[in-house]
Amino acid sequence: MTIKVCVPRDAAALSVGADATAAAIATAAQLAGQTIQLVRTSSRGMFWLEPFVEVETASGRVGYGPVTAEDVPGLFAAGFLQGGAHPLAHGKVEAMPFLARQERLTFARAGLTDPLSLADYEAHGGLRGLRRALGMAPTAVVEEVVASGLRGRGGAGFPTGIKWRTVAGAPAQPKYVVVNADEGDSGTYSDRMVMEGDPYVLLEGMAIAGYATGASFGYIYLRSEYPHALAVLNEALATLRARGVYGRSVLGSDFAFDAEVRVGAGAYICGEETALLESLEGKRGMVRFKPPLPAIKGLFGQPTVVNNVVSLASVPIILDRGGAHYADFGMGRSRGTLPIQLAGNVKRAGLVEKAFGVTLRQLIEDYGGGTRSGRPVRAVQVGGPLGAYFDQRLLDLPLDYEALAQHKGMVGHGGIVVFDDTVDMAEQARYAMEFCAVESCGKCTPCRIGSTRGRELIEKIVRGEDVARNHRQLLALCDVMENASLCALGGMAPWPVLSALQYFPGDFGLPEKEPAHVV
Amino acid sequence: MKNDSVLPRGQGRRRGPEFPPYDTATVAAILDRWRDQPGNLLPILHEVQQALGFVPPGAVGQIAKAISRSRAEVHGVISFYHDFRTSPPGRAVLKVCQAESCQACGSRELTAHAERTLGCKLGETSRDGAVTIEPVYCLGNCACSPAVLLDGALHGRVTPAALDRLLAQARRQP
Ligand SMILES: Cc1cc2nc3c(=O)[nH]c(=O)nc-3n(C[C@H](O)[C@H](O)[C@H](O)COP(=O)(O)O)c2cc1C
Ligand code: SF4
Ligand code: FES
Repeated sequence: MTIKVCVPRDAAALSVGADATAAAIATAAQLAGQTIQLVRTSSRGMFWLEPFVEVETASGRVGYGPVTAEDVPGLFAAGFLQGGAHPLAHGKVEAMPFLARQERLTFARAGLTDPLSLADYEAHGGLRGLRRALGMAPTAVVEEVVASGLRGRGGAGFPTGIKWRTVAGAPAQPKYVVVNADEGDSGTYSDRMVMEGDPYVLLEGMAIAGYATGASFGYIYLRSEYPHALAVLNEALATLRARGVYGRSVLGSDFAFDAEVRVGAGAYICGEETALLESLEGKRGMVRFKPPLPAIKGLFGQPTVVNNVVSLASVPIILDRGGAHYADFGMGRSRGTLPIQLAGNVKRAGLVEKAFGVTLRQLIEDYGGGTRSGRPVRAVQVGGPLGAYFDQRLLDLPLDYEALAQHKGMVGHGGIVVFDDTVDMAEQARYAMEFCAVESCGKCTPCRIGSTRGRELIEKIVRGEDVARNHRQLLALCDVMENASLCALGGMAPWPVLSALQYFPGDFGLPEKEPAHVV
Repeated sequence: MKNDSVLPRGQGRRRGPEFPPYDTATVAAILDRWRDQPGNLLPILHEVQQALGFVPPGAVGQIAKAISRSRAEVHGVISFYHDFRTSPPGRAVLKVCQAESCQACGSRELTAHAERTLGCKLGETSRDGAVTIEPVYCLGNCACSPAVLLDGALHGRVTPAALDRLLAQARRQP
């Protein structure tokens, strides 16, 4: 009997040697005279175990990891094709605690399918959402998304259905669907996992967005740092066109839809939706004044839906199972599930898709297993480079848009970066200002000039120069940046700085104090 | 904002002959393919850089003319984006992630190690012309930090010793 062996083709798995592992497995199987079917799947998102190899047995898939090419002969000797025992064995994959305690909706297929096999995709629930949508009135599709409570996963958390309603109501034609695949936040990789591992779910979501709002063309604005995603998306698009899912008649209906991938050029600010549109138009990525909203006047001045990859990838299951099913997960005004990405100095770094409401401590300790270095957790940055740094005292906060916002934290794109006790928080604060200076689009002064002044002030404080005065100036500067910047880059870059000052004053050589507002 | 001037000071008005020659036919072929597409400037610049290794300053005029934009606009776009370079890089390009997740896993030490080994700073090319090192802000490999990209290939959990092996390989390339 041919045994199915799965090795991920996700870029992170490749970055730690998955190709060499797969080649070694093929060679060893040949030597052993054993015919195997070697499938290159997406990743489960358990990256500390990559390259993670799964073998399909009578009782389900069993996993081994991390498997280097050198480990392969030993695994064959241990009979791993039959699920044999070995120090790298993790037993039945679905039962592994990291996975078993998740609620995977958007990432339901992660690790299960060959990303480019449309047959695999359909066998695992793919295209059901689009089929159902095409049988409904476009306005009903919009209302289904409104009912799901889905909020944009790109960072701002704006209700997706409401945005679609605006675009659907705009009379001008043509309209566009633009996917924000710029994923610039450090500590995040869920967009990358979708595009490399389950490209059809994004493309299905785009077509649904197009149908609901009256757009028949889409652009995916992909950051240039993701060459693997580019290759997968282009191949997936070609397949959908060849199978009549994309093109003049989507799945045999009167609705026409097609899309194209455009590659960014290494500018963080092009993740901001209006800068992204400028960039797509072939210009410098300068932030636009709003209004007009992109939903009314977006790409090339036309009504445009701009959505994040994960937002759109969550749409097919909402259409398939209904908005109410999705809204059943979550808490308060944060409905559904959030793909959380554990990163930085954490033992079990990976993707955790959970309903809103799970606490940071649960995520870092129960899922993440504490730090990779084994030292105590000292600081945690949630929501990307513009998110506040939290200390131990704030880890019991639930992951929820409103709860985090009370502490100048943010859900953002769901990235959590963990630091151990060797971190120098004054250096982290300095970096936050430096990053803002490097990536500022230059349109407004508080951000363009303020970020450089901020870095200099922090350097002076750390050197012990006129500390009280420079500290006061830094606080005043942060206030100006927060209140007078055009977009969130300049407006929120002070958050990591102010939180570092509040919770870790000693790192700046300032007197330690009990922070005033701690839960 | 990238602080990168394409043109030497005071030379903004000069025409083609002042710039070093470059492969105009390759650029023309790329322009032909993209000429009528909306928002074509970034794809054009990417393709030129892929074909020639950088965007030759002399090509700015040729590109501008083909897509009916001013030279200033094209120059402005090239200078805005971190990806575009206006002089040839080393034979290999190593991008070392500088962002937070990699910082939490030793990227500062890794960067210092790369700079020491190559004898040049971020943004520079080693004396032998073998390797250019550049900063990059997140490669989406934050679960396997620290991460680097060597000539388009992604590497994760990179220790200084692993980086030495990668660099040795890169330097052996012709
Ligand atoms: C500085 C800055 C960077 C951003 N980067 C991204 C990004 O990389 N990806 C993303 O989806 N949204 C990013 N956003 C948010 C977008 O502006 C926008 O809210 C989002 O694309 C809307 O899609 P959503 O509603 O589906 O989240 C960024 C915003 C700012 C201010
Ligand atoms: S805050 Fe910064 S990035 Fe945003 S518009 Fe102003 S200068 Fe540009
Ligand atoms: S922060 Fe380095 S790969 Fe994301």
